[in-house]
Amino acid sequence: MALSQVDAPIYEALRKFRRMRVVPFDVPGHKRGRGNMELTEFLGEDCMNVDVNSMKPLDNLCHPVSVIRDAEDLAAQAFGAANAFFMVGGTTSAVQSMIMYACKEGDKIIMPRNVHRSAINAMILTGAVPVYVDPDVNHQLGIALGMSVSQVEKAIEENPDAKAVLVNNPTYYGVCSDLRRITELAHSHGMLVLADEAHGTHFYFGDGFPVPAMAAGADISSASMHKSGGSLTQSSFLLMGKDINADYMRQIVNLTQTTSASYLLLSSLDISRKRLALSGREIFAKTVEMAQYAREEINSIGGYYAFSSELINGDSIYDFDVSKLSVHTLPIGLAGIEVYDLLRDEYDIQIEFGDIGNILAYVSVGDRTRDIERLISAMSEIKRRFGKSGTGMLTQEYINPVVAEPPRKAFYAKKRSLTLDEAAGNVCTEFVMCYPPGIPILAPGELITPEIIEYIKYAKEKGCQMTGTEDINIERLNVLAED
Amino acid sequence: MELWFTERHTPNVKFSIKVDHQLYSGNSEFQRIDVFDSKEFGRFLTLDGYMMLTEKDEFIYHEMITHVPMAVHPNPKNILVIGAGDGGVVRELTRYSSVENIDLVEIDELVVEVSKQYLPTTACRFDDPRVHVYYEDGVKFIRRCTDQYDVIIVDSTDPFGPGEGLFTKEFYGSCFKALHDDGIMVNQHESPFYAEDAAAMQRSHKRIVESFPISKVYQAHIPTYPSGHWLFGFASKKYHPTADYNGTQWSMLGLKTRYYNPRLHVGAFALPNYVEELLKDVE
Repeated sequence: MALSQVDAPIYEALRKFRRMRVVPFDVPGHKRGRGNMELTEFLGEDCMNVDVNSMKPLDNLCHPVSVIRDAEDLAAQAFGAANAFFMVGGTTSAVQSMIMYACKEGDKIIMPRNVHRSAINAMILTGAVPVYVDPDVNHQLGIALGMSVSQVEKAIEENPDAKAVLVNNPTYYGVCSDLRRITELAHSHGMLVLADEAHGTHFYFGDGFPVPAMAAGADISSASMHKSGGSLTQSSFLLMGKDINADYMRQIVNLTQTTSASYLLLSSLDISRKRLALSGREIFAKTVEMAQYAREEINSIGGYYAFSSELINGDSIYDFDVSKLSVHTLPIGLAGIEVYDLLRDEYDIQIEFGDIGNILAYVSVGDRTRDIERLISAMSEIKRRFGKSGTGMLTQEYINPVVAEPPRKAFYAKKRSLTLDEAAGNVCTEFVMCYPPGIPILAPGELITPEIIEYIKYAKEKGCQMTGTEDINIERLNVLAED
Repeated sequence: MELWFTERHTPNVKFSIKVDHQLYSGNSEFQRIDVFDSKEFGRFLTLDGYMMLTEKDEFIYHEMITHVPMAVHPNPKNILVIGAGDGGVVRELTRYSSVENIDLVEIDELVVEVSKQYLPTTACRFDDPRVHVYYEDGVKFIRRCTDQYDVIIVDSTDPFGPGEGLFTKEFYGSCFKALHDDGIMVNQHESPFYAEDAAAMQRSHKRIVESFPISKVYQAHIPTYPSGHWLFGFASKKYHPTADYNGTQWSMLGLKTRYYNPRLHVGAFALPNYVEELLKDVE
């Protein structure tokens, strides 16, 4: 019998398996939780009962032939893809897999510099060489936008040997490039189009959202089901168009993916796909309604600027994801990261991230109207209690990097450690970024400028959580040593 | 046949009232609403199974949450009441001729409708021309108010459920903003007795202390609430609840009360040592 979106093959197989009360003489050693009661009491017996290993009735993610394959087919159908893979190493592993599929050592890939670190990590793993397209910048908000089509065209013409173009769809803030035209351009030059849709899963299921990668004709997409899709943290989808060899992709994925994929993650993907396919439209209509309401209320407080589709400019902001609640905070005299900290410390509200000029509150169907009211009121109170003049705030958020060496070469090169102040003028061999959002300020191979040092110091002082360097305190940077 | 209403006061303690019959049961967008008749406590209202008021002891709660701030403020004219859809606070407030305006903000219209129909002892003054009812989230309503009220009375349900937002710092801060420079906010402050209630009480007190220059707590005995020992918060920008209190002036208003009186007003702020300690822990 043909399966349809009401089915969830992995979930159903697990339920059936649980009823069979099979005696476990295999891993995991907690044996349905009995061997670790404290953990079982904490997570619940139902959870431990389905934390099982791959076996014939439950298929195997590394080589799926039954229920996982069926579930992947249903996911492909739901997303309008030719093939879909369940991923258990986060969208990070999906992004890396699609780059490793497209590029071998020395191959060029065109991408905006405001990519997630996972994309640049893939450069280190594969030895691929990034060709950065400087994203357009909104100087008022201090955020990097999408890539303009003309910039992509220029990069393609200057690098006709590039293998692929990577596009954020959307960026963390909800900004989309013109994915359809970029795809046409890239394809006409024989390049693949890879989409990082870590923040765009909902595009596939809701109305009125920017075009999702598969519909735009892109070749591969990494879609974070665990963000807007409702599945468990670390679970994700890798989506493939018709021209991608899925069997080869499976081999690429298996280079780095675990052979003990968690059935908690797999079943969460399966159930969430079913849920979105059946009722995604209503779910995301409600999400957008809440985000829109919050935006209007926050803008009526004054000072704050909750931005949205009015930013659309036909090119570097070709479209905007209205489910994102991004707010510019500098006019009230507070850095985004300060508002982020105040919301948590003073009002017990945890938001997604704050950077120098903005905050992002993640709105989803799990939110209740009364919680939205709390968020708005807390922001109103922060302005009343802590607001000051917005002059003199550092606005520069995105700094165009100067790439001196390919990431892999710099990462593995002979290096030395310098203090932040000494480091200017040298070539960095490691990442520096605020997490979240995890977009590098410096990536391996990039020139350290005084401007970047100033930025790092300011971000640290304001309380951004910095990561990436070997030195856990981010007081020293590794730089290329002279030969 | 025996029919009993039971509320769980802790995982190990239950409180039951023998029910004569049930008058109403319904679900609003926010909660389940029930009205019962009983021999011992008369008619009573519950929300999501939690006791809100009984005809027999509601006077204690409503007099104490209303007359304490009204007697401290020398000239309360513009009053905001949040919650209180049963009408009890409004009933007490309308007895003051000095009051010019009462805004009542209740999230759940059905509570008011049910109260009007089944609880005539409390929902009896909604037709007073000074009373204006707004059906919206109190957190949202107060966000838009600046320097306009003399007294705010927060008659909330418990800090879990639709009333959750009324126990938050952003709400207390908004109340501060909404009050005149000599304004007073009084709130339902939970109980100090059972551990879970006491923790909620402390959390709420901490947030009020951080929001107002003067923040005191007073008590009353309410038989149908968990442990019977109940607290109210008195937060103020200028007036101290006992030092700035003139009992004679209040007595001259000639309001007849069954629980509240000037001596009790002062005494209610004298708290048991263990309660003082709980409060001090978070101040």
